[in-house]
Amino acid sequence: MFTAFIFTFHVIIKTTHEFSKYKHQLRRSVIETLNKKLANKVVHNVGVCISLWDMTKYEDSYLLPGDGASHTIVHFRYVVFRPFLDEVLLGKIKSCSKEGVYVSLGFFDDILIPADALQHPSKFDDSEQLWAWEYATDDGSHDLYMDIGEQIRFRVVDETFIDTSPSGPDSSSIDVTEQTDETKKNPYTLLGSINEPGLGLLTWWNNT
Amino acid sequence: MDIVKENAGMLSNMEVYTLLTELQAGQNGQKKPNKFQQNLATISYEAVKYLENTPCKDQTTEIVANFMKALAPFKLTKAEKLQLLNHRPTSAVEIQLLVEESEERLTEAQIEQLLDVIVEHLGSDPEPEEEAMEDEAS
Repeated sequence: MFTAFIFTFHVIIKTTHEFSKYKHQLRRSVIETLNKKLANKVVHNVGVCISLWDMTKYEDSYLLPGDGASHTIVHFRYVVFRPFLDEVLLGKIKSCSKEGVYVSLGFFDDILIPADALQHPSKFDDSEQLWAWEYATDDGSHDLYMDIGEQIRFRVVDETFIDTSPSGPDSSSIDVTEQTDETKKNPYTLLGSINEPGLGLLTWWNNT
Repeated sequence: MDIVKENAGMLSNMEVYTLLTELQAGQNGQKKPNKFQQNLATISYEAVKYLENTPCKDQTTEIVANFMKALAPFKLTKAEKLQLLNHRPTSAVEIQLLVEESEERLTEAQIEQLLDVIVEHLGSDPEPEEEAMEDEAS
């Protein structure tokens, strides 16, 4: 579920009052800047950035005229949450709706198991607002409810990245309020499925 | 920012867990996230909390290396080995889930062997209920 990505990044360190300690601080300042820039953020077509793994190379630092900051290009590896397709993950059920089951990993929430990827046959219980698997046995069918907070094992079947970076000012539309009302988009969403034996709530398969 | 190489290497849960716990403790040349690094503090806390509930908590580099050697005869792909490591399956149905086309690639005996290897190297889930029963019996 985690992989390392190699990046290069142009790090600008404002050196102001720390200049005397600069030599010792460079490594630390770079680490700090990178973690500040990337940790807990979704990078488009990359995934959720977790933490710096290591730095492989610094290029020479340089100064620009009229600017007190030092500029350094750094090559580094960063730990990224990016499950590969068909990977099996373990999560907790966050909520259920008609669309399907929402799953959370604690540090990542935008996972949906759509209704057609649940165990077959499943039904949505309107009164409980929960999904249930109608498990057929010899003496009729049992409803196995998918309660909120239960641990669930699912397979990643699709991922979507949406570019949420602000677009430039649109000259044609003057109506600003309409734009701000736009629903918040998730930059990175995973689609899961549990319609295979072994997938679904852990308690379903414990005794087999 | 430029991406030089995507997916430069898959990391096991154990590696990420070690990195983040060291980070939180400020060990190994790492520095604890300070107040300007709220994002890092949040994500490392949440990720550690998640990883603590997975089998990776008890794994060490040595255990993982031995486990990988023991898996060599099964001819699994890298991703499958990683998943076995992260999930520590305990039943045949889980193996079928994690190993693609396991029916064709592995015989039933091999699946049993695989489960044995997993128990041998990664241990098995502590089962408090069983222990409690044994206590009663003794």
